[in-house]
Amino acid sequence: MEEEIRLMKGNEALAHAAIRYGADGYFGYPITPQSEVLETLMLEKPWETTGMVVLQAESEVSSINMVYGGAAAGKVVFTSSSSPGISLMQEGISYIAASELPALIINVMRGGPGLGTIQPSQADYFQATKGGGHGDYHLIVLAPSSVQEMCDFVGLGWDLAFKYRTPAIILADGVVGQMMEKVVLPPQRKRLTDEEVKKRCPWAANGRTGGLAGRPRNVVTSLELDSAKMEVSNERFQRTYRLIEQNEVRFEEIGTEDCDFLIVAFGSVARISQKAVEMARKKGYKIGILRPITLWPFPTNEVSRLSEKAKGILVVELNAGQMIEDVRLAVGHDVRVEHFGRLGGIVPSPDEILEAFEEKFIEK
Amino acid sequence: MKEISIMDINDIIKPENRVYKKPALMNDNNMHYCPGCSHGVVHKLVAEILEEMNLVENSVGVAPVGCAVFAYNYVDIDWIEAAHGRAPAIASAVSRLYPQNMVFTYQGDGDLAAIGTCETIHAANRGENITIIFINNAIYGMTGGQMAPTTLLGMKTATTPYGRRADLNGYPLKIGDLLAQLDGTCYVTRQSVHTPAAVRKTKNAIKKAFQNTLDKKGTSVVEIVSTCNSGWKLTPAEANKWMAEHMFEKYPMGDLKNV
Repeated sequence: MEEEIRLMKGNEALAHAAIRYGADGYFGYPITPQSEVLETLMLEKPWETTGMVVLQAESEVSSINMVYGGAAAGKVVFTSSSSPGISLMQEGISYIAASELPALIINVMRGGPGLGTIQPSQADYFQATKGGGHGDYHLIVLAPSSVQEMCDFVGLGWDLAFKYRTPAIILADGVVGQMMEKVVLPPQRKRLTDEEVKKRCPWAANGRTGGLAGRPRNVVTSLELDSAKMEVSNERFQRTYRLIEQNEVRFEEIGTEDCDFLIVAFGSVARISQKAVEMARKKGYKIGILRPITLWPFPTNEVSRLSEKAKGILVVELNAGQMIEDVRLAVGHDVRVEHFGRLGGIVPSPDEILEAFEEKFIEK
Repeated sequence: MKEISIMDINDIIKPENRVYKKPALMNDNNMHYCPGCSHGVVHKLVAEILEEMNLVENSVGVAPVGCAVFAYNYVDIDWIEAAHGRAPAIASAVSRLYPQNMVFTYQGDGDLAAIGTCETIHAANRGENITIIFINNAIYGMTGGQMAPTTLLGMKTATTPYGRRADLNGYPLKIGDLLAQLDGTCYVTRQSVHTPAAVRKTKNAIKKAFQNTLDKKGTSVVEIVSTCNSGWKLTPAEANKWMAEHMFEKYPMGDLKNV
């Protein structure tokens, strides 16, 4: 398959991108608003073309453990779900992080807490960026704001996951999952052969090459009862996280060259904010946008730099105020940081964002 | 008078005189299992069979949470350590991603029949080409002897100190019988390792299961009714006797399914 321009949903783009990246396996359980990922894969039948395995699991608990198994065996594997399903996966994600395995997880967020709603939300920001499961760990968190980025971040997620041997998560909101846009799908890459996998992942548990006289056995485990050794492992994880913080911060700046105010927003909300900023500029308010693309590592230095000339920062989110905590940590205590959020699956219009800005920062 | 020749020890320990040897796949790590525990015997059988069937290169074992959590320390093949109960899900993925590999799980009763019941039933129902080795000793050994799903009625454990009662704790789960009902299983058998004859039968059962996995016949389950003399608070000999007298009545020996 060559590069191709198509019109499709964000969720469908995830599936196509994975096949074209040369993925080895997908394991998932249906949940709205991301079931199109599994449906598209089943429709595309990649097992007949690239040899990719697709399996509908009995639960999200099983699908994340299938991902753990596949990753432990060195394969390029992923799962997708939405908020309640991602909560169920937290145990498995913690094991994947602790076993230093590369894997890709996708959360197309819906409103919560609990069963909540099937409408879009960004309320899983804390869960994704602060760990989520038990223990000290991080996920590389990528936040797409377009169908094209849904497609591109699949490959980016795996590249980073294999580079650092740590799980990556695409944290999309339901808007980006469901909306249709033009997308450029990359050409088909070949899946690695088992020999290539063994070469790339010499640590993987996939059979002792050479038998008894061959390489020593590989054991993938997160268990270590000797606390002194466990601390050494934890320190190694933290060194990896510091390295990721140094190298992998990604963000987009829109109209920040001349701005007096700053909006910080991610995902679909950054797109909506862009319209609000256009409207604001017509009214004479110079607002710039910082869109974090990696939510972890968070673009702390960039927010800090932009805050120096900003009269105020508005953080717009589909939640009650989560990313705003990272923004506040990035700026001085004298910088005014305000929040505007809609909850429970409501997506704000550009007018609402502009109104919120005027209400909080413009003296009447 | 003829001189009596004294045989040197080196005349005796010649390869041709050897009647038993440690399996090559069994390493010298000190086992953490209690003396009398069935795990050691089953580990040895697994190591022996993998070697005999020449499966070192393409075997992946999935270890449970429970006493056998450290199975990976003793048998020199590739292993993945699962979260509690999730071994069949992990094995399903590895088996599908490496169809030529012989993938097996090694699980206890709490892992397989309590917290992992869902994963076990669905892996078996999908007919995953895996072998499940299931140690049923009717107790949680690792955490200090609490009730297992397979604990017999009346049996005393740390969480049933007055004996398991059906009205309080439900009934012992005959998960082997349940798995035998599923279309995805090709072989479900119940064995033990308390006598040399039983050990030989169990060895044949595991061998058959591994062969089924290689032949892609579906899911094979070898349940091994086992002792936990520490948890049962009996000597190893008493535990063997108690098992034969009490456990076998609820969990009878033999094939439950052999397609």
